[in-house]
Amino acid sequence: MTDSPVGAPRPPTAEADSAPGGVGSRRFRGAANYLALLPFHAYIAVFLILPTLIVAYGAITTASGTPTLENVALLFTDETFVDAFGKSIQLALSTAIAGAVIGALLAWAVVRGDPNGLLRQLVIAASGVLAQFGGVMLAFAFLATFGFNGLATLFVRDSLHLEILTDASWLYSLTGLVVVYTYFQIPLMLIVFLPSLDGLRQEWYDASESLGGSSWSFWRNVGGPILAPSFLGALLLLFTNAFSAYATAAALISQGSPIITLQIAGSLSSEVVLGRENVGKALALGMIVVVSLVMLLYALIQRRASRWVR
Amino acid sequence: MQNKQIRFAAMFGITAILLAACSSSGATSAPASAAAPSAAASQSAAASAAVDAKDAKSAADMGGVDAVCAAGKTEGQVTLIATPANWANYGQMITDFSAKYGIKVQSDQPDTDSAGEIKAATDLAGTGRQPDIFDLGSVVAAAHLDMYAPYQPATWADIPDANKEATGLWINNYTGFISIAYDTKVGEITKAADLADAKYKGKVALNGDPLKASAGFNGVVMAALANGGSADNIAPGVDFFKKLSDSGNLLPVDPNDASVASGQTPIVIDWTYNQGGLIASLAPKGITWKVTIPSDAPPVAAYYNEAINKDAAHPAAARCWVEYVFSDAGQNTWLKGFALPVRLAAMQTAGTADAAAVAAVNAPATAPVQLTQAQIDTATKYLTDNWKFIAIK
Amino acid sequence: MSATPSPLSAAAPQGGALVARPKGAGRAPRASRPQTGARVAILIVVLGYLILPLFAMLEFSTRGDFGSRSLDAYAKILSNQNLVDSVTTSLQIALLTVVGMLVLLVPTMVWTIVRVPRMRRVIEFLCLLPLAIPAIVLVVGVAPIYRFMGQNLGKVGGSPLTLALIDIILVLPFAYRAIDASLRSIDTATLADAARSLGAGWPRTIIEVIVPNIRGGVLSASVLSIALVLGEYTISSLLSFNTLQVVIYLLGKQDPFVSVAVSLSALIFAFVLLIVIARVAGGTDRRAQTRAEEPAA
Repeated sequence: MTDSPVGAPRPPTAEADSAPGGVGSRRFRGAANYLALLPFHAYIAVFLILPTLIVAYGAITTASGTPTLENVALLFTDETFVDAFGKSIQLALSTAIAGAVIGALLAWAVVRGDPNGLLRQLVIAASGVLAQFGGVMLAFAFLATFGFNGLATLFVRDSLHLEILTDASWLYSLTGLVVVYTYFQIPLMLIVFLPSLDGLRQEWYDASESLGGSSWSFWRNVGGPILAPSFLGALLLLFTNAFSAYATAAALISQGSPIITLQIAGSLSSEVVLGRENVGKALALGMIVVVSLVMLLYALIQRRASRWVR
Repeated sequence: MQNKQIRFAAMFGITAILLAACSSSGATSAPASAAAPSAAASQSAAASAAVDAKDAKSAADMGGVDAVCAAGKTEGQVTLIATPANWANYGQMITDFSAKYGIKVQSDQPDTDSAGEIKAATDLAGTGRQPDIFDLGSVVAAAHLDMYAPYQPATWADIPDANKEATGLWINNYTGFISIAYDTKVGEITKAADLADAKYKGKVALNGDPLKASAGFNGVVMAALANGGSADNIAPGVDFFKKLSDSGNLLPVDPNDASVASGQTPIVIDWTYNQGGLIASLAPKGITWKVTIPSDAPPVAAYYNEAINKDAAHPAAARCWVEYVFSDAGQNTWLKGFALPVRLAAMQTAGTADAAAVAAVNAPATAPVQLTQAQIDTATKYLTDNWKFIAIK
Repeated sequence: MSATPSPLSAAAPQGGALVARPKGAGRAPRASRPQTGARVAILIVVLGYLILPLFAMLEFSTRGDFGSRSLDAYAKILSNQNLVDSVTTSLQIALLTVVGMLVLLVPTMVWTIVRVPRMRRVIEFLCLLPLAIPAIVLVVGVAPIYRFMGQNLGKVGGSPLTLALIDIILVLPFAYRAIDASLRSIDTATLADAARSLGAGWPRTIIEVIVPNIRGGVLSASVLSIALVLGEYTISSLLSFNTLQVVIYLLGKQDPFVSVAVSLSALIFAFVLLIVIARVAGGTDRRAQTRAEEPAA
């Protein structure tokens, strides 16, 4: 069913409608409720659904316009694409979890302080900016820090006399991509999760303490379950963000198109291979399907996580 | 109270939006109105000249190069695409052109490729923001002839027949050679085989994926030619790069000026005209950048093509640009950017080529190799199946 | 007791299980000493990690000739008129995007919770969809719409401000998540019902009762929106609009040191702008808190 926020169960719609004079039958009011969502849906229809349909149309036609399913079939038969989907999902999942956990810890560390204080505002502003920082510049910044001649590499090697960072080839692998992606996932997690940490009340902690609970039991029995729905939602966001990220990967791993967004870019525009745009559009449709499936999984988990909230 | 603050914020927001809308229609009326007066201007120019700018097939049709450029100045700007400042000295070309003719240059999407240029022209058709000029690779240029306007610049006769389309739909403008550009601190590199040396571990980068970028593609062709392959068989080139990747010499990173200047990619395989400009700018920063054409393979070249968008929003300015780039000044600008302009032979005969620049490019005497369409198709088919070895772990 | 503020207003002192905790008066659980230590450690490690690559950018962009340090790269930024114009354009687009996003999203989300809970998953999915489509693909679908606008709607249709229309879509996933986090943490449904039963119309309920209680989420959503618009490159570039990132990118092609310098400067500029906004939004909270603590006289 639906996950209502903490509080009393919802009274039936008809009683709660206090519009003076009423608006007629309950069925009419039910329809009118949906009508209020019309502006949102109309806007989405023009600027999101329509573009998606345009892309979808390209995915199921050939370059000359005849309908075909061969582009979509390629997603399952061509092992390059299957492999790329696998790597993309793997990448997105690892960096989402890493970003979510570290970001949540950072949010916890920040929320403890003064809500109107400078630290919190600084961290929020910085997180907003860094959450959208990516692409060629982020890749450059990491290469300049952790690359073969990077600041950190040289510092660790020359000043600390440790060899752990000297072989910088980790940066140019899937691991490196995970680390670089996590750089913008952490601030995103913080800024999206902080409002829910705000909702944790002091009284709940006091109550838990007065009942003899430790800090750990508070988080396990009270704080954790309350935050779980928001945490999962943020995790979903981080996953989708990493899954569809393109510019950073293009700068860091410009050979071989190992992940799906690089494959799409190669199909849509290439100096050398022409006529593959519709394959790119089919790949994009595939991405939407993957995200829809992940969202379905999320909805199922969310139902379990919010079951106690009633 | 809360309410007052929210009302104030709402009032502020609405005022700001109204101001934005008003100022935007004020600000954008400047470039947008360039389209309006250009229609009026080209009509008055058409009254005085024989032909409307968008139909002019040569400067003579409009009364001479000066008339073309004067009409272009009235139009106000020319919209270029895929002409970054550090590619074949386009930065200098744009500055000089603007200064000489007083026409503003709008440079869009510097990093897009040829297909992206065509796409921009279709996507932005009729909006006034579409590109006026194309700079296309030969594969894409040949595939979209219906999008160009034929035009023959004043120096048409100097250009060999093989380098232009008969009516002027496209004209080869410049080419370079695939080179190995490197920081002399890492060693001395004269041929492709040197790149496999163990001391270059983690130092070599190819500019672009061969399936996406012309520099990357032709880099593989060069490696093929250096390892016993040919224009019809690039398999040895792919094998060579696989060897480099397995030994850790090849980085999958996309090299750019910043990665070179910061020492992250000390060896780059790229067109001469992308790397030549760095020599001067890196010298004061303590990096001696050397650009060398590998000696174990014939030089690999690929001409780019200049074409005018048939639906250009600024047709006179576009034609003025074409006149400029094919003039001695324009061709020498490319030459100074380590690109070989198409009129080089004629200019050398006439003595108008910049001698110092010619010497700096140091073109080898051997005839360059440029792949035909059929050879490119064979090569890309092979690459699609085999360029997967740079698997990330 | 004499006149107390309305129990529903966020300025009311904390009281009653149904009243949302006013911002600033409550806090997350008190920190004990080992937890303060953990907190400081986390802050230092994570923030340090985030600052390190930025420091590398600073180091690179201040490299002068012959081993010296210089601010030449930064000086070149200021002389560029295009850049100043693009900052103005981007700020205008950002403002339009934030306002559009709030007007579109907040009433919709509140209405969904209060009246049509069944639509919640649908709205959540629709708000996530823009993130599932890479910008390079989205622009394929959006370009025809912009072509239509550019050809048929004259000056307004061809203005860079129309980017706000698509930026609102791009911002939806982030804004939805931030506002949703806030809406979950207060009892939206009961608040709305209480306000309605006291005679408030829907606009008043949303603006004067709900929004002040979700201030954190609204602020987060606005911050992310502004940062997104200021950092957006792909769609602006493909539609040929001169926004901040587009001009920065072009500038960077002239000189690698300038490109890193200008990117870092853009980050700092956005950072300062967002701090100002966060302070302004936080400042009104302080007044609410002070009022709540005044003795009822």
